Amino acid sequence: MTERWPEVSFEDLIGSTRFDVHERAHITVDDAICADCSTRGCVVACPANLFVPTSDGGILFNYEQCFECGTCYLVCNEEGAITWTYPEGGHGVVFKRT
Amino acid sequence: MGEPHSATAVDAIVVGAGPAGAAAATVLARAGKSVILLERGSFPGSKNMYGGVVYPRILDQLHPEWWLEAPIQRWVTRRSTMILTDTQALTVDFRSAAWGAPPYNGATAYRPDWDHWLAGKAEADGAVLVCSTTATGLLRDDRGHVTGVTTDRPDGDLHARVVIACDGVNSFLAKEAGLYGEVDAANYTVGVKETIALPKEVIDERFGVRDRDGVDIEILGGTSGVNGGGFVYTNLDTLAVGVVLKLPKLAAQQLRPEAIISELKAHPGIAPLVDGGEVKEYSAHVIPEAGLSMMPKMTGDGMLVAGDAAAMCLAAGIWLEGVNFAMASGMYAGEAAVEALTAGDTSAIGLAGYQRRLDDTFVLRDHRKLRRAPSLVLSDRVQHLYPGMIANTVERMFRVDNPAPKPGLRRILDEERKRAGVKLKDLARDALDGLRSYG
Repeated sequence: MTERWPEVSFEDLIGSTRFDVHERAHITVDDAICADCSTRGCVVACPANLFVPTSDGGILFNYEQCFECGTCYLVCNEEGAITWTYPEGGHGVVFKRT
Repeated sequence: MGEPHSATAVDAIVVGAGPAGAAAATVLARAGKSVILLERGSFPGSKNMYGGVVYPRILDQLHPEWWLEAPIQRWVTRRSTMILTDTQALTVDFRSAAWGAPPYNGATAYRPDWDHWLAGKAEADGAVLVCSTTATGLLRDDRGHVTGVTTDRPDGDLHARVVIACDGVNSFLAKEAGLYGEVDAANYTVGVKETIALPKEVIDERFGVRDRDGVDIEILGGTSGVNGGGFVYTNLDTLAVGVVLKLPKLAAQQLRPEAIISELKAHPGIAPLVDGGEVKEYSAHVIPEAGLSMMPKMTGDGMLVAGDAAAMCLAAGIWLEGVNFAMASGMYAGEAAVEALTAGDTSAIGLAGYQRRLDDTFVLRDHRKLRRAPSLVLSDRVQHLYPGMIANTVERMFRVDNPAPKPGLRRILDEERKRAGVKLKDLARDALDGLRSYG
């Protein structure tokens, strides 16, 4: 194996991306539904790592550093657990121009 | 036609100023129609991400000699297809000097640059670009004919004779209009990418290119066992390194996307290319992967769907395209809308010219021909069995095992097929599927 380059922490990785965060959460999660979910696909699949399981069986989520990709609601197999809309116009992720 | 349109209605609202929307708005504006191009980002392209290669020849029709001004990073003059196992890499590497001169073939480009440029062209032709405005739903008359969109602006309802939904892979407008059937996660992949800064000279040297010439590396394997693929593209002074992952497979295992990219970057065949450098941006976007089988109805009363919103990405292994399909479908949607507006009938029947154009051009001809390709490429055998079988065969072919004499190639292949657990019957079936698609 070639020598590994030092790993970048996830915080540094996502810290490289610009987000103009709006005060309204554009994602909401129904914790009661998540409590009964055994698969929790959102936790591993969300590229922004926005879904974190809590010790009491719920899901802690935040919406601030969201790519607005849609992965979470597509893999969520518990009907209606994730309500997902686009953030307010002009807010959310801003991919960079050169 | 439905109810009379309000006096303030424009001819067309195009939702989404990506490649599809910009092309549609350009065609409408040039025909003298009033058109609003709505964009939820603060500028066109700000929400848009892809792997990194665009094939712009369809722009010959809209913007002749587009290459004189298009904001490209490098012209792809070298295309490599790699098969990776944990320890092996087999590469088919092709170069063409012709691809480094007009009319070119593929180019790497940043989507915020590309989309901003293309939407600017629509604006210059007379389309009214409205940014920072999210379309939140459809307006319809009592017969269901689409008459505009609601937005998140105060008093933000916008009325139009036709709405063209170019609102991307999640297209809530096409879903609201009932143009999609059941949405199945298995039809989608997520593309996740690191943009890594390296000096231009370092990139030139590592990838064996000069000036504006660039490299496109597509990878089968290297996704830590999750069905999908990888890529490395050269921009001028950054690399795009990433993976595309089938959603249900990603969700059903333990490794997160950024860890899968890390594994790819650590592969002995990839690490020397990407080592060092600083991550300039981390990004992700969902891809409509399944092609024809997941496409919505393209036309409703007062409404057309184009680009990713119509699932037009072509994910066919050796061909990975999307922006070209978006630009073409947007252009044809624009043409059909102009026809319908001029004739005064924007019902689904009046807009039928759109489906006809899609059927008659590469947009749906390619998708029909390659309808079996996406599922074949992402199948468990192609993903998990064939890479090892092929790489082991090649390894034994090139290995000098003295004092043992060289085995015949047929024997090696047969042994490796059995060792990989591939049944002849399945191999033959996949080969036939491949021939039907690519032959």
